Amino acid sequence: MKPLNEVVQNTPPSGIRRFFDIAQSMEGVISLGVGEPDYVTPWRVRESGIWSLEHGYTTYTSNAGLLELRQAISKKLNSLYQLDYDPDKQILITVGVSEGLDLALRALLNQGDEVIVPDPCYVSYVPCIQFAGGVPVRVPSYSEEEFRLDPERMERAITSKTKAILLCYPANPTGATQTRENLRKIVTVAAAHDLYLISDEIYDRLSFTRPHTSIPALTGAWDRTVLLNGFSKAYAMTGWRIGYACGPSPIIEAMTKIHQYTMLCASHLAQRAALEAINGGEEDVQAMVADYDRRRRYFVRGLNSAGLDCQEPSGAFYAFPSIRHTGLSSLEYAEALLMKERVAVVPGNAFGDCGEGHIRCSYATSLDNLEEAIDRIRRFNDQLGGHRLEKTGAALP
Amino acid sequence: MRDLLVLLEQDARRTPAQLAELTGLPENQIAEQIQEWEKGGVIRRYKTVVDWERYGDEKVFAFIDVSVTPERGTGFDDVAARIYRFPEVHSVYLVSGAQDLRVVVQGRNMKEVANFVAEKLATIELVNSTTTHFLLKKYKDDGDLFTEAEVNHRLVIAP
Repeated sequence: MKPLNEVVQNTPPSGIRRFFDIAQSMEGVISLGVGEPDYVTPWRVRESGIWSLEHGYTTYTSNAGLLELRQAISKKLNSLYQLDYDPDKQILITVGVSEGLDLALRALLNQGDEVIVPDPCYVSYVPCIQFAGGVPVRVPSYSEEEFRLDPERMERAITSKTKAILLCYPANPTGATQTRENLRKIVTVAAAHDLYLISDEIYDRLSFTRPHTSIPALTGAWDRTVLLNGFSKAYAMTGWRIGYACGPSPIIEAMTKIHQYTMLCASHLAQRAALEAINGGEEDVQAMVADYDRRRRYFVRGLNSAGLDCQEPSGAFYAFPSIRHTGLSSLEYAEALLMKERVAVVPGNAFGDCGEGHIRCSYATSLDNLEEAIDRIRRFNDQLGGHRLEKTGAALP
Repeated sequence: MRDLLVLLEQDARRTPAQLAELTGLPENQIAEQIQEWEKGGVIRRYKTVVDWERYGDEKVFAFIDVSVTPERGTGFDDVAARIYRFPEVHSVYLVSGAQDLRVVVQGRNMKEVANFVAEKLATIELVNSTTTHFLLKKYKDDGDLFTEAEVNHRLVIAP
């Protein structure tokens, strides 16, 4: 047989996958490893999905998606961030942000074009850039800087081949949000070097300590930005696979071209449900956000009291504590924690080299689960501490 | 502060220390605020939501639509008070529509409830008529589900 595609062959399987297989087969696991809300989609949205099936909305929609939905998105973005997108030409309904990202990369990149991404970042970014023929250039970000990409360090990574900068704030896996000031500088750098910005803002509603800044709303950004967002996190609709991309007409047109030949359109059912979510789901969103915020406070304090060094995350639903002082690698720590105490977390190195020494803990789970998880982590850390002392011996009286 | 009430309404057993963690407000301020609400009647009392059927107790509830003659000066208040003072009466609401009062009556069995309606409720001077609906199954009561909770289908680890 002839070999498969080289790029795909050379892409390592997701670091999360292996871990998932072990955790999935164990009983009594408390999972902090899930990158999705623990809420079921609000009933009004589900009911609206059922209604649309009953009424026979089972056909294709236009490639760009239901006009009503695009109009509702345009209105919502305007009311939240004063953004202006024409529903006819500047909004495309996608199969989650995942498809939007793939389309944006394929529409923007030529073979060998470089794309700057922060390290650590969401697991899909680097492989998707490579699948689109691009070359990912990782720019480190550090816990000392609350994992905010530094504009100057980013600028130093720019070469003549750089085409775009891919950002995600609030961030998975770190829970970091960006300051408006920093984002302004990033936009200035992008403009100075004529680079595109791809902004994955799927966690926009989950920004707890500062109001979310949407990148295309910044001066000089709109013309060069593809804004990606969706319904998964704010409306707890992960399994519906429904998102959208907004940008200047030529980019959205190019993305639509790929979309029409590969996906045709996003699921009609999901589009109908999303319409209900955006029109009637605001109260649900605000209740969920308030609940995440409470859990965030509780969980971060708990992790610190359990012997982990955890900064206060300001967005998304992740804490990204350091486990460096244990002397274990992220993977060793996460594996041992799973085996000994049955708490599933994701090793930070799954998100890039700068994630090493950290674990990603999702607090999108009940307060009872969080309490139990903190107790188990405390027990685990206490045992680790004792073990290290025994090994070195010197510290014992 | 409203957030504090929401949290207490969800779970009255939360301590000021826990509430401080959840809201980020100082613990002593929370304790003071709760006391103030208790005194001012914003917090009426704390109670437990019990599924008596699961415990094994038979309880019968009936919703009774009551049509009454309002009195000059006090309107419906006096006749409502004559009704709600009976310990058998679980709730009393003044409602719009064909009937005036909606009364929820609780008893050990159907006969007990029927007797109460026939002997006590219907015989009150200002009560014109009653229509009794017995409760057959409780699905959701005061925001609490009395059926099995939905299963969460999430995977253990996801990106």
